Amino acid sequence: MDTAQEQVAGNKVNFIDTENVVIRFSGDSGDGMQLTGTQFSDTSAFFGNDICTFPDYPSEIRAPAGTIAGVSGFQIQFGSKEINTPGDSYDVLVAMNAAALKVELKNIKKGGVIIANTAGFDKKSLRLAQYSDDADPLKDGSLSDYKVLEIDITKHTKESLSGTNLGNKEVERAKNMFILGLIYWMFDRPTEHTEAFIKEKFGKKPDIAEGNILALQAGWNYGENTEIFTSRYRVASAELAKGNYRSITGNHAAAIALIAASKKAGIPLFLGSYPITPATDILHDLSKYKASGVKTFQAEDEIGGICSSIGASYTGHLAATTTSGPGLSLKIEALGLATILEIPLVVINVQRGGPSTGLPTKTEQADLLQAMYCRHGEAPLPVIAAASPSDCFDTVFEAARIALEHMTPIICLTDGYIANGSEPWRYPTEAALPMIKVHFASKDEWKEGPYLPYKRDEKLSRPWAIPGTPGLEHRIGGLERKHETGHPSHDPENHEFMVKLRQQKIDKIADYIPEQKVNFGKESGKLAVLTWGSTYGTVRNSLIEMSKEGKEVSHIHLRYLNPFPKNLEAVLRKFDKILIPEMNNGQLSVLIRSKYLIPTISLNKIKGVPFSADEIKAKVNELLNN
Amino acid sequence: MITTSENKLTAKDFVPDQDVKWCPGCGDYSILKQVQTIFPDLGIPRENFVFISGIGCSSRFTYYMETYGMHSIHGRAGIIASGVKSANPNLSVWVVSGDGDSTAIGGNHFIHLMRRNLDLNYLMFNNQIYSLTKGQYSPTSEKGKITKSTPFGTIEAPFNPAELALGANASFVSRTLDRDPKHMQAILKKANQHKGTSFVEVYQNCPIFNDGAFFAYSDKETKKEEAIYVENGQPLIYGENNNKGIKLNGLTPEIVDLTTTGVSANDLWIHNEQDKTKANLLARMFDAVVPDVHFPRPFGVLFAEERPVYEEMMQSQIENAKAKKGEPNLDSILSGDKTWTIN
Repeated sequence: MDTAQEQVAGNKVNFIDTENVVIRFSGDSGDGMQLTGTQFSDTSAFFGNDICTFPDYPSEIRAPAGTIAGVSGFQIQFGSKEINTPGDSYDVLVAMNAAALKVELKNIKKGGVIIANTAGFDKKSLRLAQYSDDADPLKDGSLSDYKVLEIDITKHTKESLSGTNLGNKEVERAKNMFILGLIYWMFDRPTEHTEAFIKEKFGKKPDIAEGNILALQAGWNYGENTEIFTSRYRVASAELAKGNYRSITGNHAAAIALIAASKKAGIPLFLGSYPITPATDILHDLSKYKASGVKTFQAEDEIGGICSSIGASYTGHLAATTTSGPGLSLKIEALGLATILEIPLVVINVQRGGPSTGLPTKTEQADLLQAMYCRHGEAPLPVIAAASPSDCFDTVFEAARIALEHMTPIICLTDGYIANGSEPWRYPTEAALPMIKVHFASKDEWKEGPYLPYKRDEKLSRPWAIPGTPGLEHRIGGLERKHETGHPSHDPENHEFMVKLRQQKIDKIADYIPEQKVNFGKESGKLAVLTWGSTYGTVRNSLIEMSKEGKEVSHIHLRYLNPFPKNLEAVLRKFDKILIPEMNNGQLSVLIRSKYLIPTISLNKIKGVPFSADEIKAKVNELLNN
Repeated sequence: MITTSENKLTAKDFVPDQDVKWCPGCGDYSILKQVQTIFPDLGIPRENFVFISGIGCSSRFTYYMETYGMHSIHGRAGIIASGVKSANPNLSVWVVSGDGDSTAIGGNHFIHLMRRNLDLNYLMFNNQIYSLTKGQYSPTSEKGKITKSTPFGTIEAPFNPAELALGANASFVSRTLDRDPKHMQAILKKANQHKGTSFVEVYQNCPIFNDGAFFAYSDKETKKEEAIYVENGQPLIYGENNNKGIKLNGLTPEIVDLTTTGVSANDLWIHNEQDKTKANLLARMFDAVVPDVHFPRPFGVLFAEERPVYEEMMQSQIENAKAKKGEPNLDSILSGDKTWTIN
């Protein structure tokens, strides 16, 4: 909570107005923390706050209850000012058990509030959380830097539901609603939105709906009626741009961007995919849009995901495949085929920690060089990356535009952090979205001679004649194509010509994308921070805050990674130093250095979690002072 | 899918201006010829044919058909074809693959294609050898085979492709061979007629690396004893002058001499394409089902069942959803259910 000024509101409890708050809900995988967090986020978004969320869950579905491995967290930052990240440290931690406290303690702000469910701090829970014998953090004074509120949430939930017919299991499950009600009270938020949600979700089970609503209200009343809270907090609505908003995660944004692109291109959508964390939700989401004509194909493996999409693209569909790092590796051979076929294909890679299975539920940006270079032969492809959950919409839509208008496969990079995170999104209308130009060749256009599947237009892209078109029967394939005719050719001159032509075609996309701008700060100066992907939010936040301290540092954010915007070098050369923070070992630095011979400075973090503002600021300060 | 065009096509209409580059004497020539011969009779406009092939000698086939076609990558023809057919069910999709392409590098796609049952035709040219890489054993090579990569003989048990397809829940399983054009044409037509994934195993001679592997089934001197042609509803009879039959004793096949035992045709195993248990038996009969008894190798349609095809079920889910909910407009998808306005 950045700024806080006390106001006297009632007899017992003060209201504190604050600009932004970070809450972390943390508990066992089965405690329903993801739902609790999502509900609080939605309510805050409706209230008009800017928000950013970060679900952080283990790769085990249900690790043994009460253990550190089973801790599942949901973090939200909401505020009356621009919010770009879920926050570095927590103002409020809800710890449903001892393991949650143990995992989260290092990230609570000094003076922050810990709401501890005492039922989760019994001897067994402490042992499972690997506290040493007889150590109890609630009793041994180790939490003296924080305001600790001990509440037996389990017991209170049971009491509030004693008049219902619910069984023990259902009662136990409702405790997340009790804590949600309490947090609503604490932040002066109404419960109505969640009540409506519960009624809808448990429409066929009125007993359970009623029980959850009772627990929610009991939590709210607990705050109102007990005296253990001395303060409540108010976060005013944010001054967001006028318009219509919704809350959106990056994966859902990617899914509906594909639908939007198919509508704006006037061709059907096909997704071939194989489930992989953290990309699977795109497959889930798109499989629900049957009424929109979306075809989803759950293939037998990652290779099948991309190959079925290549088949669908061949017939004239907007075809996409979704994956994460190891899955992209499996698709590489087929990407080579798509490259030589020169057919449109959107490959969305939701990056996670690697190599191999690595950190499957944690975030990383370490597939940039894989996206750029991991192919056999000379096989250039466009690569673009999304900056935030809502930016996944614009970026995937743009990926589809480039794929279709330039007849090429394209790799679109997001990552686990923005794929699962959510934020308010001023969503566009259909009318406001640009048309995507798709043209299928017809015999009328090829009266004069044979159809030339590899003839080039001004973009150096080739015509698209789909099966079923009379008179344009032709063969394409993975063997090197003869220029224009597309016949297989082993001619050495032709091969070199085609390799260079395919490179020029990708390079030429730079003529059809926006020039690079400086996203924040002046257009020249001592230091610019260059980012791509999900580091956008933290860096933007950090630099806005530093500018208030009079420190002038510019922020340049790249959406287009291949080809780079034409003016990128000129933009970068106006700064003495370029800092590139990346959640990898310096992959964008490799690209910038090799292309422009600019001695970039790397700041790397490869811990499965995003940068904190402090880490960015520390490095920026170091560079400003030297 | 099947429409009649005004001007009937001829075999020549399916011959492109590209030179065919298989080795002289390759069995692939015969297969190409039979396909080009029957295509005009199928009543399908030329522009609706799509060939998808993988990698291997067989897979060059795509370049030799004047239709739409994609010569893809090793083992992936079946899954690319699945995307083609799912996306556009109006197309007549033909997969051309080899024994290595289908059962080694593409084994996973092969079994899943069979169980999904898209309405397409799958021609597997089985020459029991890797030819394009110049002579290594394939998953269908017989045990003990000496090849460049097995100078001491293979130690692997081979796949029986028909048995594999049945095990993968294929809805149509057949076998034919390059040196019997008439039979092949009949099987290709049946494959085209069958609604579902039609698996056609074609025994195909590689004159360079595995010459004569299947000659026993086509040479005049041996074929009567070594091959049995099965027809739906007909008894299993073979041999010189049709003097032998196969009888089922429970689930154990027995060879009987029709001239000496007094067993009549009616007592023999009557082929029933829809009987999966017997189809399994038939597919692997020659693999020493009964020790020390040498059975002939069956050719024909071993199994055929009608069941719903993937792309139609996919389409009907879409149609049902549209009928139930109506097609949502893009604006409602963009906004979702829960929105708020900032003024």
